[in-house]
Amino acid sequence: MKKTIRFRLNGRPTSLETDEDRTLLWVLRTDLGLTGTKYGCGAGLCGACTVSVDGKATRSCRTPLKAVEGRQVLTIEGLASGKELHPLQAAFVEQGAFQCGYCTPGMIMNAHGLLLEKPHPSRQQIAAAMEDNLCRCGAHARILAAIEAASRAGGRP
Amino acid sequence: MSAPLQLDRRSFLELLGGGILVSVSVGADTLLAQDRRRAYPTDVNAYLLIGQDGRVTVFSGKIEMGQGVLTSQAQMLAEDLGVALDSVDMILGDTDRCPWDMGTFGSLTTRMFGPALRSAAAEARAILLQLASEQLGAERAQLVVENGVVSVKGQPSRKVTYAQLAKGQKITRVVDEKAVLHAVAEFKVMGRSPKRLDGPAKVTGKAQYSGDIRLPGMVYARLVRPPAHGATLANVNTSAAEAMPGVTVVNQDGLVAVLAQDPEMAEAALAKVKAEWTPGPAGADQDGIFEELLAKAPQPEVRTAKGDLETARGAADRRFESTFQKGYVAHAPMEPHTATASMENGKLTVWASTQTPFPTRDRLAPLLGLEPKNVRVITPFVGGGFGGKSAGEPIEEAARLAKITGKPVQVAFTRAEEFFYDHLDPACVVKIASAVDAGGRITAWDYDVYFAGDRAAEVFYDIPNVRLRTFGGWMGGTNAHRFSVGPWRAPGANMNVFARESHIDIMAAAAAVDPLEFRLRNTKDERARRVLQEAARKFGWTPARGPSGRGFGIACGIDSGSYAALAAEVKVDRAKGTVEVVRVVCAQDMGVVVNPVGATMQVEGCITMGLGYVLREELHFKGGAIGDQNFDTYELPRFSWLPRIETVLVPNDALPPQGGGEPAIVPMGAVIANAVFDATGARIFRLPMTPDRLRAALARAEPKARSG
Repeated sequence: MKKTIRFRLNGRPTSLETDEDRTLLWVLRTDLGLTGTKYGCGAGLCGACTVSVDGKATRSCRTPLKAVEGRQVLTIEGLASGKELHPLQAAFVEQGAFQCGYCTPGMIMNAHGLLLEKPHPSRQQIAAAMEDNLCRCGAHARILAAIEAASRAGGRP
Repeated sequence: MSAPLQLDRRSFLELLGGGILVSVSVGADTLLAQDRRRAYPTDVNAYLLIGQDGRVTVFSGKIEMGQGVLTSQAQMLAEDLGVALDSVDMILGDTDRCPWDMGTFGSLTTRMFGPALRSAAAEARAILLQLASEQLGAERAQLVVENGVVSVKGQPSRKVTYAQLAKGQKITRVVDEKAVLHAVAEFKVMGRSPKRLDGPAKVTGKAQYSGDIRLPGMVYARLVRPPAHGATLANVNTSAAEAMPGVTVVNQDGLVAVLAQDPEMAEAALAKVKAEWTPGPAGADQDGIFEELLAKAPQPEVRTAKGDLETARGAADRRFESTFQKGYVAHAPMEPHTATASMENGKLTVWASTQTPFPTRDRLAPLLGLEPKNVRVITPFVGGGFGGKSAGEPIEEAARLAKITGKPVQVAFTRAEEFFYDHLDPACVVKIASAVDAGGRITAWDYDVYFAGDRAAEVFYDIPNVRLRTFGGWMGGTNAHRFSVGPWRAPGANMNVFARESHIDIMAAAAAVDPLEFRLRNTKDERARRVLQEAARKFGWTPARGPSGRGFGIACGIDSGSYAALAAEVKVDRAKGTVEVVRVVCAQDMGVVVNPVGATMQVEGCITMGLGYVLREELHFKGGAIGDQNFDTYELPRFSWLPRIETVLVPNDALPPQGGGEPAIVPMGAVIANAVFDATGARIFRLPMTPDRLRAALARAEPKARSG
C-alpha cells in the first residue's frame, strides 16, 4: 500500500511516498541510489544486503520498508565521517580483508552491529557472529583479522 | 630474467598471436572462434597516457574480479615506467579504451599480459628519457628517474617531469633501442605488497558493479524461465502482466520478459505471466550421473603413451585400481551475473559482469546486427568470477531488450537463476590402474579421465610405463551433460589432482611408506620436491606410514606454471561423518612474485574456497530440474570452517611470474582425503565427502582395521 514512510538514513531525515511493503534493499538501491548495499540471495541467507537499523545488523532484503518507519538506518555509505574511514573500514583496507568486494559492505555492517553489542569479542565470537555472511573469494581469515584489529583499535564502533 | 622477458618487445608481441588460444585451452566456443591473429598492440599509447597533472592512466583489457590484478598491474606499470604507484589510475575491461584481450582466466594476467604491459612501460620510459636528455642537455647515462621526475645524477635541480615531457599527449617519438625491464634486484614497486588500490572504494560502497549502474529511464527486466533444462515453452499468456501499470512486456524471438521501474515490480509482473512448459526427457540425479556419463563418454584421446603397461603390471609387486568421482560444482559468485545495456544513436553500451569483455563485444555485434565498433562493453568491478563469468545470458538479454524497447535495461540473475544457468564445473570420473615394485617405486600408471580433460593430469612422478587418456574434456562437447558446463577455477585440475594424489597415497600406505617419502622417492622434479619439502617443513611433518591416526595429509599439484604443495591436519567426527580441517600449509613456487601479500591472499582464497567442493558443494538435480535455488541447500564454506592457513612462497626469481589464482586450490581434494585416511583408515573416492559418504567410507574401513 502506498504510504509516506519517514526514517533517518545515514543521519539525515528521509521521507518517501511509496509502497510500504517494498523491501528496504531495493528502495535503497533504486529510489535512494545507495548501491553499496548488495543483493546476493534475496532470502536472508548470504548477508550481502546487511545494513544497520537502530544499531542492529539487519538483512535489508527481508526488511519491508514499513519496518524502518521512525528508525535510524545506517548503510555502508554512511559509515565514514567525511573522508575519515570508520575503524572497521580502515581495518578491512589495512588487512586486505576483501577480494571481489561484493560481500564487503555486508561484512562490515554485520561486524558493525557485533561491535556495538560486544566491543571486544573473542575471535570465536567474531566467527560465530559472521557465520551467516558468505564470502565466495575466501577472504575469511583476513575478515576475522580485520574485525579483531578494529575492535582492538576501539574508537567509535 | 629468463626466457620470455628477454625477447625483444616486437617478437614477444608476435608470439602472443597464433598459438595462444590453443595452448591455454580456453574452451568456450566463442573464445576459440576468436580471430587467432589477434595480439597485444605494439604502440605504447595503447597501454598508458601520462596526464598534464602527472597522473598516469593505464589501459588493460583484463578485469578485476577479486584477484587483485588492478593493483598488481599498476605495480608492474609503475615499476618499469618509473612512477609512484599512487599516481596510477587503472581503466580495465573497457573495449573502447583498452587494448584487445581474450579474457581474464587461466591465471594469465601476470604471466601473459604482464610482460606486454611492462615492456610498454619500459619503452615509454626509454622515450621519455631520450626527450629529457635533449631538454636537459645531458647524456642519457647521466639521467635518473624517480616518481616520474627525470633529473641529472648528482644535480637534482636539473630536472624535468614526465608530465612536462608528455604534455598530456600521445607519445609519438620512437627510440631505436630494446626496452629493458627492471631486474628483480632493481625492483622498487614490484615484489612489494602495497595496500590494494581498490580497497577504499570497496569498503565504502563506492565500488561500482554492473548492477549498480543507474541510467535515466532505466528499467529492470525479469525473464520467463523454464522450470527445468530441456523443457520447452508450449504456451504463454502475458495479458495480466501487461495490464499492470508501469509494466512493459516483450515477447519476441523466444525472449519473454517483463520490464518495470524497480526489480520488485518486475518480479510481481513476472508472477502474473502464465507459462506452460513441455517437460524435457527424464534423467539421472547427482548419484546416478556417473553411470550416465560413462555410458555417454566419447572415444578416448591418448595424451601420453610410453613403455609397456601390460608387462609392467604383470611383473609388479603390487597392483592398484581406483575410481574417483566428483559432482557438478557451481561457481556461486556473490554477485549474480548482471548486465546493464543502453542503445543510443545506433551504439550499444553494455556494463557487464564478465571475464571476457572483448569476446562479449564480438558476440553481441552480430546478434544485434551492429558493427563491432558500435558495441562497447564496459566492465565495472566484477563480484567474483572463478571462470563462471566467461559467458552469461543476461548480457545478450539486456542488449536485446535495450534494442527492442529503446530504453536502458538491466538484467540481473536472481540467486535461483544463477544456480540454474551456471556453466558448472562438470561431474567427472577418473580411473587409475597402477603398479609398484618391491622397492616402493611406481612402475605403471594407466590413467583414464572422463569429462575433466587433461589439465594437471600429467604425472610428475618418474614412472617408466604410462598411459594417459581423456574421454571428453571439461567443456562437455558430446551433449553428455544436461546443463551447461564450463571453466571453474583451474578447470579439470581439481579432479585430476584429487585422483592422482589420492591414488599416490593409496600406494604409499600399501607399501608402508610415509606419503611424503613415497612422493620424494618417486620424483626427480626439483620444483615438486622443493614445494613438498617446504610444505612439510613448515607443517612440522614427521614420517609415519598411513593411517597414523594423526589426521595428516599431503598433496602436490602443478597448475598455471606454478607448483603448490599442501599439508593439512583434520579431525574426523565419526558419528556425524564430518571433517574439521584444523590447519592447511601451502608451499607455492610461482616464479617472481609481483605482490607477495596479494599472492598469499590468492592462496588463502584457494584453500578456503576449496573446502567447499571437497566437503559439501555439489549441485542437486533430477534430470534437467535443478534442486538448488539458494544457499540453504547449496552450502558454501563459512567462517566456522576456516582452518589455520599458513603460506610459504618458495623463492624462484629465475623464473618469470607464473599464475597465482588457481594453483593452491587444485590439491585441496587430495590433501583433505589423504588426511581423512590418515585419521581413520577410510578412503574417500567421491567428492564432496558429505557426512553420508564419509560414514559409509568409515563403515567400509572398519572390518579391514579389525582384521589388521
